[in-house]
Amino acid sequence: MKVSCEALRQVEAICRKFGNDSGELISILHECQNTLGYLPEEVQRVIARELGIPASKVYGVVTFYSFFSMVPKGKYPVSVCLGTACYVRGSDKVLEEFKRVLGIEVGETTPDGKFSLDCLRCVGACGLAPVATIGEKVYGRLNPSDIKKIIAEFED
Amino acid sequence: MENMITLTIDNRAVSVPKGTTVLDAAASIGINIPALCHMDLKGTCVKNSPASCRICVVEVEGRRNLAPSCATLVTEGMVVRTNSARVVKARKTVAELILSDHPNDCLTCPKCNDCELQKLVTRFNIRRMTYKGEQSVRKKEETAAITRNMDKCILCRRCETVCNQVQTVGVLGAVRRGFETTIAPTFDRMFKDTDCTYCGQCVAVCPTGALTERDNTDRLLDDLCNPDKIVIAQPAPAVRVALGEEFGMEPGTIVTGKLATSLRYLGFDYVFDTDFAADLTIMEEGAEILHRLQAYLGGNKGVKLPIMTSCCPAWVNFYEHNYPDLLEYPSSAKSPAQMFGAIAKNYWAQKMGIPREKLVVVSIMPCLAKKYECEREEFSVNGNPDVDYSISTRELARLIKRSNIDFKSLPDTDFDTPMGESSGAGAIFGATGGVMEAALRTVYEVYTGKTLPRLEFTDVRGLDGIKEATIDLNGFQLKVCVAHTLGNARILMDKLRAGELNYHVVEIMACPGGCIGGAGQPYHHGNVEILKARSRAIYREDEGKPIRKSHENPDIKQLYKVYLGEPLGELSEKLLHTHYFDKSIK
Repeated sequence: MKVSCEALRQVEAICRKFGNDSGELISILHECQNTLGYLPEEVQRVIARELGIPASKVYGVVTFYSFFSMVPKGKYPVSVCLGTACYVRGSDKVLEEFKRVLGIEVGETTPDGKFSLDCLRCVGACGLAPVATIGEKVYGRLNPSDIKKIIAEFED
Repeated sequence: MENMITLTIDNRAVSVPKGTTVLDAAASIGINIPALCHMDLKGTCVKNSPASCRICVVEVEGRRNLAPSCATLVTEGMVVRTNSARVVKARKTVAELILSDHPNDCLTCPKCNDCELQKLVTRFNIRRMTYKGEQSVRKKEETAAITRNMDKCILCRRCETVCNQVQTVGVLGAVRRGFETTIAPTFDRMFKDTDCTYCGQCVAVCPTGALTERDNTDRLLDDLCNPDKIVIAQPAPAVRVALGEEFGMEPGTIVTGKLATSLRYLGFDYVFDTDFAADLTIMEEGAEILHRLQAYLGGNKGVKLPIMTSCCPAWVNFYEHNYPDLLEYPSSAKSPAQMFGAIAKNYWAQKMGIPREKLVVVSIMPCLAKKYECEREEFSVNGNPDVDYSISTRELARLIKRSNIDFKSLPDTDFDTPMGESSGAGAIFGATGGVMEAALRTVYEVYTGKTLPRLEFTDVRGLDGIKEATIDLNGFQLKVCVAHTLGNARILMDKLRAGELNYHVVEIMACPGGCIGGAGQPYHHGNVEILKARSRAIYREDEGKPIRKSHENPDIKQLYKVYLGEPLGELSEKLLHTHYFDKSIK
């Protein structure tokens, strides 16, 4: 997938906003991902060039933090909590069910671009464990048998 | 002595300057603390000290946990134990944990007997695999020059440090996290799809078998045993001052005569010398320097100055990838090894009546990028390369051992003619500043018509990263600059791009110290004294030569007389010069 020239201009502008300071790499990556939805190679190269650091370093940071993604997120990003409280209450099984229903692995996006699947560690709602989020919406006390119905809510 | 710190290490008092690490303080009194990720090539910019492996831990009185000695600075009155039972056991455990995710196939590993991890295992008396854990399975790759097997990687980050901070090539870096962490080229690509220059310095510093050279010794053995092939050798200047180390000889021992004999015993049909082609390079590059200078002094504003050397194949890759807008500055002269190939497969093969496809030209190089250079399309005719392939100093040593040759007891012999005679100027190509000095010896005499009062240009010698000198040429002040490592090259190239580089001639070598510190040389394991000894040997070799200027080499004069005509002449341009490509990643 080719990133548009306009998007790359936006990336340059974000870098400039942070003074092209390599110490602000993580903030810049956050803002770029919020703006574009993901951080493909071309975007990382532009950031490396603007900040005067090797692309290998940018790539290292992008792959280190699970928040950053090199593939576009779905219209409805699904995140399953694998924090301790959720895990002991069976969130691994919830995750498996999301994988099965959506037909994708963690870090992937459905071919129609609608759903993407990720894991995270704690959303601060341990009392509702196991928890998953879809977009801004939080689902608690999940049971694998609920998943199909929840996904159906998002079918247009 | 207010800047001195006194401390006690293993019950012995020691005083060292403030800012010294415990590791270095201990070394100063002969206490050799084992280290693994740490590497400090003192006096150069090669330094890796992430304190990540924890092999070098010591006990510091009053401190609860063990301290990594490579990253702990001395303090007044500090009491250190490097060999208490607690330390010795902890160190062993650390090594055992590293082994738990290591293939442990030492018997067949290319780094066997040269592996720093293997040495520690012996030293720590580890006799069994204590921990069994999950094994990482990572990408493998074999390029023209470098072999990558990251299953053997211990994440010391030495390669990442040289690639990014020393060479500023910026290809290798740590990606992902935790158990998934691996050192990989940018975007997990293959080396060949990145800005990798094949300088091989990552191989030169790798403590294990994760990064090694591509091995061409079996291919060479097949050719040497093939009665239908005529196989000829050309060893580079830096090989003869380092090869002896592989056979237990002192660093800096000159083994030129034994090298020639060993190549004959291996079965090479003719044993020539890259030093001869180094002299040829000076004739062509020197003529180009004079040509550009005369145009400049004649008022030609468009002439590209400084002219830059082009012998080093990693440097060539570096500017093709990073400075495609400045490709007209480097000399168009091919490297000595490629000039040799072009003369051997054209002039010499014709003279001897050997068909091109029967002739195998093998270069023996201190370098890994030379392996890649052999594969460049422009250096071949109908798919037949001018230099068929290259082996490193290390590979030659392995082949000598395999062929039952007792290197140390070999008699000395000379190289064959007509491509074996060389001057001292050709010999010094192996050290940083050598090509510049060799060029100056010729350029001075040709330009001024006078004999040089003193042949040595000491300003351009030594391990300083960037050196400069001014030479008086009949009143014209020639300003020259010499740099080694690609990081220093980048400093100069960025200035050139900004229009702020005020020199006439610039020499660049990619490896620390020049070719003597090349990635194909016997491993230095972080000991800079080895590089210094090789460098001194290079200059001794020069001093011992009856002829010390390239333009006075009788075989070079003869080659121009009977075949080439003159430097930069039509035939010279065709055989001895090349052009460069824009290889920037778009």
